[in-house]
Amino acid sequence: MKKVLSMALAAALMAATFAGCAGGNSDSNTIKLGTSGPLTGSNAVYGNAVKNGMEIAIEELNAKGGLQFEQNAQDDEADSEKAVNAYNTLKDWGMHIMAGPTTTGCANAVAPECAADNMFMLTPSASGPDVIKAGDSVFQVCFSDPNLGLAAADYFAAHFSDAVIGVIYDSSDLYSAGVYSTFETEAKAKGLNVVCVEAFTSANKSDLSTQVTKCQAAGADLVFMPFYATEAAQVLTYADKIGYKPTFFGCDGMDGILATEGFDPKLAEGLVLLTPFAADADDEKTQNFVKKYIEKFDTVPNQFAADAYDVAYAIYEACTEAGVTPDMSSEEVCEKMVEQFTSMSFDGLTGSGMTWDASGAVSKVPMAVVIQNGEYVSAD
Amino acid sequence: MRKNLNRKQRGGNFKVFALVTVAFIVMQLLSSMGMLKSSVKGQLIPICVYIVLAVSLNLVVGVSGELSLGHAGFMGVGAFTGVVVASSIANVVSNDLVRLLIAMVIGGVMAGIAGGIIGIPVLRLRGDYLAIVTLAFGEILKNIIGNLYIGKDSHGLHFALNASGLVMEPDGSMILNGPMGTTGVEKIATFGVGFALIIVTLVVVLNLIHSKEGRAIMAIRDNRIAAESVGLNVFSFKIKAFVVSAFLAGMAGALYGLNYSAITATKFDFTTSINILVFVVLGGMGNIFGSVISATLLYMLPEMLRGLYDYRMIMYAIVLIVVMLFTWSPQAKNWVQAVSSGSVMRRVFGQKKEAEDE
Repeated sequence: MKKVLSMALAAALMAATFAGCAGGNSDSNTIKLGTSGPLTGSNAVYGNAVKNGMEIAIEELNAKGGLQFEQNAQDDEADSEKAVNAYNTLKDWGMHIMAGPTTTGCANAVAPECAADNMFMLTPSASGPDVIKAGDSVFQVCFSDPNLGLAAADYFAAHFSDAVIGVIYDSSDLYSAGVYSTFETEAKAKGLNVVCVEAFTSANKSDLSTQVTKCQAAGADLVFMPFYATEAAQVLTYADKIGYKPTFFGCDGMDGILATEGFDPKLAEGLVLLTPFAADADDEKTQNFVKKYIEKFDTVPNQFAADAYDVAYAIYEACTEAGVTPDMSSEEVCEKMVEQFTSMSFDGLTGSGMTWDASGAVSKVPMAVVIQNGEYVSAD
Repeated sequence: MRKNLNRKQRGGNFKVFALVTVAFIVMQLLSSMGMLKSSVKGQLIPICVYIVLAVSLNLVVGVSGELSLGHAGFMGVGAFTGVVVASSIANVVSNDLVRLLIAMVIGGVMAGIAGGIIGIPVLRLRGDYLAIVTLAFGEILKNIIGNLYIGKDSHGLHFALNASGLVMEPDGSMILNGPMGTTGVEKIATFGVGFALIIVTLVVVLNLIHSKEGRAIMAIRDNRIAAESVGLNVFSFKIKAFVVSAFLAGMAGALYGLNYSAITATKFDFTTSINILVFVVLGGMGNIFGSVISATLLYMLPEMLRGLYDYRMIMYAIVLIVVMLFTWSPQAKNWVQAVSSGSVMRRVFGQKKEAEDE
């Protein structure tokens, strides 16, 4: 009998813990933006950059006195299971728009939830091609990996149409392989002269001299390198050693090469990057953002922060245009936002004249920057 | 077999089943009345999965006394097998529940086979060596899954070890995309099946423990030489426990995989194995009831601490340490025992009764 009683007590206690008003927006007068990213752990730099970038944008927007926004950044540890938990927590908070998650793996798990709930989702940085396939309410601000490959091929066709091209890429990395596979098809279609393609994997990337030598032997005067700064530093160092001086061309993953440890920044002179954001760009918007970011967080913002800043501004513009008010439910907001996003054009830090198609992919003109005297300068 | 159980064992078993059933009914009721927060609703199935994982690992670590650090590997085998099976029979079996059950059984069988293959060399080792080798095998399983490409087209399933090796008809679609894992999986896992899986696991594990085999397994744990001297085949009993444990972990993994639209192999690394081991250790080695409670509470804890933002994981670690100290201190243990045996209750309620009489 006592057992039954204690069991009943325990059950009542559990019920009290779990129950609560499900959903329902409170009478607050802010539009609630939820986001999630790895705020702890080895990928924390990305999640925090997104959180901080969005925070700055929201402060600026609220100071304008128009629509008021509120941010809630949850930790997902870059784990898709935790990301779904974070999303559910944000839903309980009364989120109107999901401005995340930060990483592709998490976004792949959260995007279908958003699509099922009719929640508008705009991810700043999850670039995987599967993210936006989840549904009509899912949008990206960053280039998807295949689109970056397409953009690179377009850029070569426009600016280096008669170059002899060599490619080095990391076949074990999703980003690198994703960019290359589209580049390969597009380069063929556009008649680019690709003379050699050399791959490496994460297991054998400690020495990339073979790949560089092969590009030199094939006579490439433009080397396309869709990978990250650490490996690029190796390639540039070795090329300098053997006196090989083609134009090196990288993508947004190479953002931060000048600060790579043990790398002489002089070797990066003349490196061209196809990136949506460079912290040293001289336009007023970027400089203003970088100044504020350094003041507040004591570090130079990276591309993730800039993407998140754009997410907040794009949402603000769309909300103002569509007449979204804080008392609307997330479903109503979603309907209006999808309509706005597919028809509007947005100027942000990571590109001007951005537009979105119904699939949720962004189309923006990639900015090519070239490194001159240790600074990023627009290449056009 | 039931007749052989003494009263205490039967009482313990009843307690576990009663608790799980009551919790399930309460949650179902709250859920159907729309009174559950979405954050809690989203945790129900993962909690079921982790309970099964903790109970099944307890069979190896607590009952059989072998420190295994590769449990997440079996979960991963089950998860990806389950997803592949569920996706490939989507056109044949239209009923989601049947499809889920088929996927879980095949996931469990595959994990059981993996457990058998790994167990044969591994279980000949003891102590630290066994721990290290199970850890290594767990990582090997994770890496194999992370490099496997599986696609499906009108001719059936295609397997390859790199993306370009997968030649498919134009109507084909990728199910498992190497390091990218699976995306766009139809979520067919349900809380009811999760509950059923817990019950099945408890029945299997508790019956095994209280059977002749279970007593042999525990005898081997307590004194291997004495057990061998009375003619017990040490290896065959150990591998029985190991394979059953891997099978149950595979079933749980399949349920897990079909509860998320996207999973990657990196989830099933040794951090997850250690997490499950923490559930087992904190719940008490060999204590099935404890595993159920600790898996539930420790899974919910980090989610309930979300309000603390940056201090969340620090608090989680502190709570773990406090619980560990608390359960190891003899005084605290006595107190817990007094509470659970009802003597404190009796004292409180007894006094109350006396007061009423006056």
